[in-house]
Amino acid sequence: MKDVKCECGHVNPHGTVLCEACGKVFDEQSKDKSLLDMRYEGSARRSQTYNKTIVDKIWNFFSSVKVGVWLIIVTLIASAAGTILPQEMYIPPTMPAEEYYEDQYGWFGKLYYELGFNNLYSSWWYLVLIAMIGISLVICSLDRVVPLYKALKAQRVTRHEGFLKRQRLFGTSGNVDVQDIATVKQRLKTKRYHVREENGDLLAEKGRFSRWGPYVNHVGLIIFLIGGMLRFVPGMYIDKVLWLREGETKVVPETDGQYYVTNEKFILENYDKDKDKTFEAAIDRAGMVVKNYQTNAVLYKRVGPAIPGEKPELEKVKEHKIKVNQPLKFEKFALYQVDYKLDELNTMSFSLTNKASGETFGDIKINLYDPKPKYDLGNGYHVEVLSFFPDFEFAKNGEPTTKSRIPNNPAFVFKMTSPEVPDGETSFVAIQQTIEPLGDNQYKMAFKGIETKNVTALTVRKDLTLWIIILGGIIFMIGVIQGAYWNHRRIWVQNKNGEIWVAAHTNKNWYGLKREIESVLSETKINIPADQIQNEKVDKEGI
Amino acid sequence: MVTISSNLLYIAFVLYLVATLFFGGAIKAKKDIEGKKGTNRWGKIAVFLTIIGFISQVGYFITRWIAAGHAPVSNLFEFTTFFGMCLVGAFIVIYYIYRTPLLGLFTMPVAILVIAYASMFPRDISPLIPALQSDWLHIHVTTAALGEAILAISFAAGLIYLVKVIDQSKASKRTFWLETVMFALVTTLGFVLVSTLFSSLDYKAEFNWVDKNDQAVTMEYTMPAITGPHEGELLTKGKFEPLVEMPALINAKKMNSVIWSFIGGFILYGLIRLILRKRISAALQPLVKNINLDFVDEISYRSVLIGFPVFTLGALIFAMIWAQIAWTRFWGWDPKEVWALITWLFYAAFLHLRLSKGWHGEKSAWLAVIGFVIIMFNLVAVNLVIAGLHSYAG
Ligand code: HEM
Repeated sequence: MKDVKCECGHVNPHGTVLCEACGKVFDEQSKDKSLLDMRYEGSARRSQTYNKTIVDKIWNFFSSVKVGVWLIIVTLIASAAGTILPQEMYIPPTMPAEEYYEDQYGWFGKLYYELGFNNLYSSWWYLVLIAMIGISLVICSLDRVVPLYKALKAQRVTRHEGFLKRQRLFGTSGNVDVQDIATVKQRLKTKRYHVREENGDLLAEKGRFSRWGPYVNHVGLIIFLIGGMLRFVPGMYIDKVLWLREGETKVVPETDGQYYVTNEKFILENYDKDKDKTFEAAIDRAGMVVKNYQTNAVLYKRVGPAIPGEKPELEKVKEHKIKVNQPLKFEKFALYQVDYKLDELNTMSFSLTNKASGETFGDIKINLYDPKPKYDLGNGYHVEVLSFFPDFEFAKNGEPTTKSRIPNNPAFVFKMTSPEVPDGETSFVAIQQTIEPLGDNQYKMAFKGIETKNVTALTVRKDLTLWIIILGGIIFMIGVIQGAYWNHRRIWVQNKNGEIWVAAHTNKNWYGLKREIESVLSETKINIPADQIQNEKVDKEGI
Repeated sequence: MVTISSNLLYIAFVLYLVATLFFGGAIKAKKDIEGKKGTNRWGKIAVFLTIIGFISQVGYFITRWIAAGHAPVSNLFEFTTFFGMCLVGAFIVIYYIYRTPLLGLFTMPVAILVIAYASMFPRDISPLIPALQSDWLHIHVTTAALGEAILAISFAAGLIYLVKVIDQSKASKRTFWLETVMFALVTTLGFVLVSTLFSSLDYKAEFNWVDKNDQAVTMEYTMPAITGPHEGELLTKGKFEPLVEMPALINAKKMNSVIWSFIGGFILYGLIRLILRKRISAALQPLVKNINLDFVDEISYRSVLIGFPVFTLGALIFAMIWAQIAWTRFWGWDPKEVWALITWLFYAAFLHLRLSKGWHGEKSAWLAVIGFVIIMFNLVAVNLVIAGLHSYAG
């Protein structure tokens, strides 16, 4: 495509509307408009210039702000829809999601579930929306930033008459003293304008860098989105939960068996209204308020190679009281306090008892996480654990089974052997229940007591994407502040036809600019430029 | 300390009320105020009172902080009053940029309503649950509230714009929606008045009812029950029997408060209409006749420009930092988080629309109103209705 050479000598790229250097109007259509459309300085944007190939069409689609706004609005509405009912990750795990939604919310819940709104934010179409915003951000920025940069760089001080006349703020004055121009120049400088002079014409400009704000913030957003995407790359993000009983040491998942952690103690504290007097009323109203969840943890590192089946040799790294808001950190990992279970059954004790006489022949204490197959009580008495069901229930076929490995409801099948009954007697013992499947026994396992322990749940987290996300966030903030707290203002003071012409432009906040011009021109013979759209209805015209 | 603190809040509240009257006086007294210049004596007094009130409220904030041992932004009452304080603070700042008392006349009543509304919630100093025990909580909540307050100034300016620009001589869609906004404000006042009325009468009625998990539970109403709970049985003698029974899924007590607020709102609105004999917006129109439309449009836009970065920082970035520390992940699609995102997306859309022609002026003013509705929705409905991790459980 041919470049456009302006009468001022500057060569503009094809598609330029206003000469980059002097501002002369090229575009025939905009010639008769009373005011210029100053957005992007009338520079040659790809999206406004080409529309032939499929690539052009896609480019134009994504570079349109209108499309961008639609994408944002659609995402907004979709996001709102996801808050009508709780997302699946927040429903209690008591029943499958499929039933839960209908059970709790009737036909609406069912519909919600069937539309897939229960996992809306990870649905393919939501991700497509976000991706489209990302693509749009890249394309719209590229489409504008380069031509805008070139145009702002190429601008000359002296401007074409047609350009000045069609600025929103414009005025002319005759009989101006040379001294006035000097005064104005001085005042502009004290107002931190960068003033350039050519043939007695002035261009005062400030805040040009604010024009890059949107592009900087868009770059920040893109980096942020890339950071979010990296989460799906294996190894970047780890999210595991580790349940630890008091006194227990376990390997920290995903550390290649390098790190081990011990739960020395789990503590739950409530506020005490007698001690914390200030909170008395609030505690009374709420009943009970938790003050602290804490795991006293010790972190170990393995020394030497891992030999399967052998106990690793551990070296203490550090102790830390893991509380909410105070995770234990090491290398790229952090262990967070996320859940707990108080008083989980840990051991059960029984006495082998003669049912008739009540005489006992020794106690056994069963570790519910590690029951021994046989307990020898001496003198010919011993007890075998034939079966153990930590979380006992009867299966549909009537057989006893276990729901899980957690001893929520332990049950045993014991074989009790004694001198009187050397072949042993079988007894099924569950909480509050004893069944003697092979007829009446002489002996029983009398329940003696339990010991419990607290269990803590720690989330094991590694997130290598955080730095990228933080970087994106910082760049975004710099960009928005740059674009929002500064404005790009330009004031032209030029000699035309023996008069002084003043024109001014800002990308936003015209009141501020007008006030600044008033104070710059005060007590000079230069007239204050008029706002050419003040009289018209303002909302019909843009910047 | 706690008493000093509540007295300071009370003083601030009264000062705001008086200041509003003076702002009104400032507009009435000098008919020829031209936008930017000309704050007259009334206006100066009004601003002065506003600042004293603001200082007093800061005093409330600090003393309560000392008493509680943590920044008072941790329950609905505290957060909402803080939001009201930020609104006044943001107004003072914007006032010194643009110097128009008219903005005060529209902002202060909103701030007063917000604070009055806040006072309807339990005012006890509450202890912090473990997740809230973090400095990031305070940093996050305060910046977020400040950002929202600055954005709310754009609502006040937008309202001025609409009151001025909309032709009140005949009923139209625009008059209807603007009046709806006025009605919503009046209804908030209705809620405050009705709640105050019943709490001064010490109304209490206890119910046995069956919740959605078929559990028998009790619940105490503090307003006469119009909507009764599911299979509810009134225990307190001599109290009002519910007119209709709600299904277990709906929180009948909150529903009841909403209905009472509307009753209060309708009565109040009806009275106002009887006295004014025209729409509220029509009655307000003479007050704004000297303001320049361009000028309020710019205030509205500028507030969004100032508020958007603050909001982003507070409600998203600081929130994410805190969530990462407290909940192990910076983002979890909790309803409150999502609504912060929605607010943010909305104002992003607003800023982009302002780039195109035709979205200045009236349309932009409507957007400012919608933005405020979203903020209020996040503040009120998400806390009370859509319970999540953030719910202060009022
Ligand atoms: C959530 C996503 C987005 C956010 C938060 C965002 C944010 C911003 C902000 C704060 C500005 C500055 C506005 C001002 O200072 O008046 C801006 C400008 C802009 N944005 Fe975005 N944006 C987003 C998405 C998009 C998309 C998808 C497009 C694509 C069409 C887009 C195109 C633009 C354009 C063209 C500008 C004006 C640039 C200029 O004036 O030179 N933005 N954006």
